[in-house]
Amino acid sequence: MTTTMPEVRESTPPPDKPRRVKHGGGVMSSTGLYIATGIAGLLFLVPFYLLVRNALSTDADITGENWKFFPTDIQWGNISELFNDGTVPFAQSLWNSAVVATLHTVGVLLVCSLAGYGLARIPYKHANKVFYAVLGTLMVPTAVTFVPSFVLVSSLGWVDTYQGLIVPGLFSGFTCFLFRQYFLGFPKELEEAARVDGLGYWGAYWRIVVPNSLNFFAAMATITFIQGWNSFLWPLVIGQSPDAWTVQVALSNYMSNQTVIFHMVFMATAFSILPLVFVFLFLQRWLVQGIAQTGIKG
Amino acid sequence: MSTTNTRDLARPAPAKASPAKPRRGLRGSPTFNFWLFTGPFLIGLAIFVYAPILWSLWLSFFEARFTVTPDKFVGFENYTYMLTNDDFVGSLGTFTAFAAFIVPTTWALSLGLALLVNRLRFMRAFFRSVFFLPTACSYVAASMIWKMSIFSGVRFGLMNTVLGWFGIENIAWLADPNPPWYWVVIVSARLWLQAGFYMILFIAALQNIPGELYEAAAIDGAKPGWQTFRYITLPQLRATSTAVVLLLLVAAYQAFDEFYNLLSKTTWGRPPLLELYYKALGESQDYGAGSAGALILTVLICAVTLLQGKLMGFGRGEESK
Repeated sequence: MTTTMPEVRESTPPPDKPRRVKHGGGVMSSTGLYIATGIAGLLFLVPFYLLVRNALSTDADITGENWKFFPTDIQWGNISELFNDGTVPFAQSLWNSAVVATLHTVGVLLVCSLAGYGLARIPYKHANKVFYAVLGTLMVPTAVTFVPSFVLVSSLGWVDTYQGLIVPGLFSGFTCFLFRQYFLGFPKELEEAARVDGLGYWGAYWRIVVPNSLNFFAAMATITFIQGWNSFLWPLVIGQSPDAWTVQVALSNYMSNQTVIFHMVFMATAFSILPLVFVFLFLQRWLVQGIAQTGIKG
Repeated sequence: MSTTNTRDLARPAPAKASPAKPRRGLRGSPTFNFWLFTGPFLIGLAIFVYAPILWSLWLSFFEARFTVTPDKFVGFENYTYMLTNDDFVGSLGTFTAFAAFIVPTTWALSLGLALLVNRLRFMRAFFRSVFFLPTACSYVAASMIWKMSIFSGVRFGLMNTVLGWFGIENIAWLADPNPPWYWVVIVSARLWLQAGFYMILFIAALQNIPGELYEAAAIDGAKPGWQTFRYITLPQLRATSTAVVLLLLVAAYQAFDEFYNLLSKTTWGRPPLLELYYKALGESQDYGAGSAGALILTVLICAVTLLQGKLMGFGRGEESK
């Protein structure tokens, strides 16, 4: 069977006959398909439900003898309790996360997209060597370098500072690589027209390439923001005083406290997820497209 | 300052020196532009990636406790110490077990979800979002929900409640390594968090498979279902599968967040990164041994990545483009 495949592939498809191909289908009836997907979907949503349920419950309801699906009484007061609690600076940590994730995103997009464009498009005889130097860093997972990076950053005096949290993470070999892959596929004609009209590389990049790549930039921005918001190891190492905690570090500290106040921990977790759920709902079209476009698909 | 004068005088010289390209000065030269675009990134890469690695290499040959400017050269002592350290070697075992669980299960689950979602006629975007949404959660948040609500070792945990309906005794999911139930907690949390992301990659790949292939297979008598999947879909997903397995493996090596938050007070189930964290930044602040461990880990990761690439032919998809 495999021998016939290449020939089939070359045959031109009927041009304007709309048809629906069943991708490997047939085993499952349509109803069965929806039942299976529905069950899987419910399983994926259960943790979110538990989070909201517990965040709005009393501790007695969460730890009660008989497990209840719904809380007996919804405690909206848990929200104000979370933000008025003096022992953990939760509002401060939310703010830290917002600043760090936003600046991280802006910085990564700026630095990595420029480098990716340079590597993809500007002819330079040693460009390949430079590219391999960037690729080489992909082999070394960033998390493995956290010990030496901590040593470096602490000797710069950047512990407990925004620059310590943000700057070392800006130089992502992987993001640079993704941008390079994307720019390799960007239509060259557009830039050539701009060059003929007298723009330099720099002008062509900002006036032609970037405005025509906003979809990809939006996708990468979303992915990078999520990474920045959710990262834990580096903020844990750098944010040593509570005022420099990001929201993830604050959460982790809630969890390891000697006395756990359940509804507070869950409410804090809910607030740590909320911004990203909004990002998801509004930007998910770009996100999905962008991930599909990244070139990981081979 | 006199330097400004000389610089002003010196600057126009190179532009005049290349009369062959009259209208292009420095700003038009590709070499200048290449460095203009890549320079900021490369400088950062040198300072924050390459320099730490080299510093780490240097530190690993010294006895460096509580200090980053050590003076006692110990040769390979840190390396032999780490390689004979039961905790560190054990952590490599933990990683191996973790990867053996997580890589195949995530691959299968994300492919399965992609096949399901791809066949839906309506509500496709809805279900795609449902499976994708956990990607928005951090490992810390998921650890929280898993540890304190689903796999809480006491009666009010969801899992123990459900098991209770079938008359099964409470299980201490995280408090007891014997039997190692904590693997269920660790693996399910990561599966939930990352399956949706890889599902998107598989959906993209599935949609790139030309429909004629399925028609041809049908004409050749392949039964829809398993046969079509085995002989058409799976081979067509080869490049994506390879990339997914590679990304999963690298992600598994970096596992830290959920282990730290789920098993922080235990002595078992520590992956290499957690072990290094305690070694280098814990009470002894042993940067020398920590650096040696990080380098051993790096070498190991490179070896596994290359081996995996050889086995699965990573890069073939790249060349054929």
